[in-house]
Amino acid sequence: MLQGFGPQLLAGLAITVQVALVALGVGLILGLSGGIAKVYGNRAVRGVAEVYTTIFRGLPEFLVVLIAFFGGSLILAQFSEDAELNAFTAGSLALATTFGAYATEVFRGAFQSIPPGQIEAGKAVGLSGIKIMRRIVLPQVWRLALPGLGNLFLSLLKDTALVSVIGVDDLMRKADIARSVTKDSFTMYAAAAVLYLLLTAVTTLTLHLLERRANRGIRRTA
Amino acid sequence: MDFSFELIIASLPQLLTGVGMTLQLVAVAVALGFFIAVPVAILRTSRNPLVQALPFSYVFFFRGTPLLVQIFLIYYGLGSFEVVRNSPLLWPILREAYWCALIAFTLNTAAYSAEIVRGAIMAVPFGEIEAAKAIGMTRVQAFRRIILPRAFRIALPAYGNEIIFMIKGSALASTITLLDLTGMARKIVARTYKPVEVFLAAGILYLIIVYGVTWVLKRVEKRLSITPPRLPVKAEDAGPV
Repeated sequence: MLQGFGPQLLAGLAITVQVALVALGVGLILGLSGGIAKVYGNRAVRGVAEVYTTIFRGLPEFLVVLIAFFGGSLILAQFSEDAELNAFTAGSLALATTFGAYATEVFRGAFQSIPPGQIEAGKAVGLSGIKIMRRIVLPQVWRLALPGLGNLFLSLLKDTALVSVIGVDDLMRKADIARSVTKDSFTMYAAAAVLYLLLTAVTTLTLHLLERRANRGIRRTA
Repeated sequence: MDFSFELIIASLPQLLTGVGMTLQLVAVAVALGFFIAVPVAILRTSRNPLVQALPFSYVFFFRGTPLLVQIFLIYYGLGSFEVVRNSPLLWPILREAYWCALIAFTLNTAAYSAEIVRGAIMAVPFGEIEAAKAIGMTRVQAFRRIILPRAFRIALPAYGNEIIFMIKGSALASTITLLDLTGMARKIVARTYKPVEVFLAAGILYLIIVYGVTWVLKRVEKRLSITPPRLPVKAEDAGPV
């Protein structure tokens, strides 16, 4: 049915997962920094974080990917004649930037829901700012931010399809190639759709388990 | 790198026609999507697994796959069937990129909106539904007069976000040759090879659209929100018991 393109699609799936994981890693760092900046930063730092989230939550992910790739290539060309921008890097970083902007808001919410009394208690027993962060705040932020981050990651997984347009050999592009060779567009895109569904379903399940683990020992109603 | 302001000015008229296309696609998709979303959401709240199955699969598919796959499945995929190609009814629609994008956007946003509306229906306070039953409303009446109006107000903030996501998602129309804002920008870039200026201009236009729509949505939300009635007499005013 897939006319021998099965392994190719699976290879594409692996690249899709890689793009998603790189973007997740970089995006989490951006989001955590942004969240800290918005809650604990001084005016200037808060301002920078505000501008960052305002811009990247308002731009289409696809446009960001295009800007990163074409703009990045042009900037790189200034430094060296034969330098070529890696589409994988440009695509992952573009997705990470958008993810980070949304994640900033998730982390901000999580930081703000830590009771101030706990931080005061940390100060009272003589912990430094960094220690309060590491021992009191961050362990709880993970639990509070997880549902929001999970939803963002699900969107990210689907947005990875955009990098196919700039030439990354992800699942979507492999399906494109298979379509142009076999002319059987429906089967190829349907196969890609099934693999994406599988990916999102497994992710949803994993997130559910992670949330259950993160909430162990938390008092619940009902 | 020589930054060219002139190019931004010169390409503005074209980009603005792109804005028109983007807004048109989003407006039609969101409007049509809403009318699909409400019945799907109502069916999803049913306790009968047979009634649930179809809307569930629909929502599961459209929320679980990338919009790009959905667009290509409709534009390239459906056209690969002989039946579709030979149909005098379907082919004139499905060979047009415009209609394919519109169908994909509509079905996509309807699936997300259906979940939002479903959540809102389930968030309608039990007491209000019980009250509707108590005064003898039928199920249909309760839905029309109590549950849905209440649910819409609850759903509005999340629904507003969905509209914003649709605006951003509509940039994908350019992948099937449509000249929406992104498509127009890509066309100009291909001609001038000045990606920085053109994409920057397009980006600013998107920010204006997105925050413009956000502002309007906030106003609507504020208008529709109910301020709790102020009680004529406060408990403490009643004096010592």
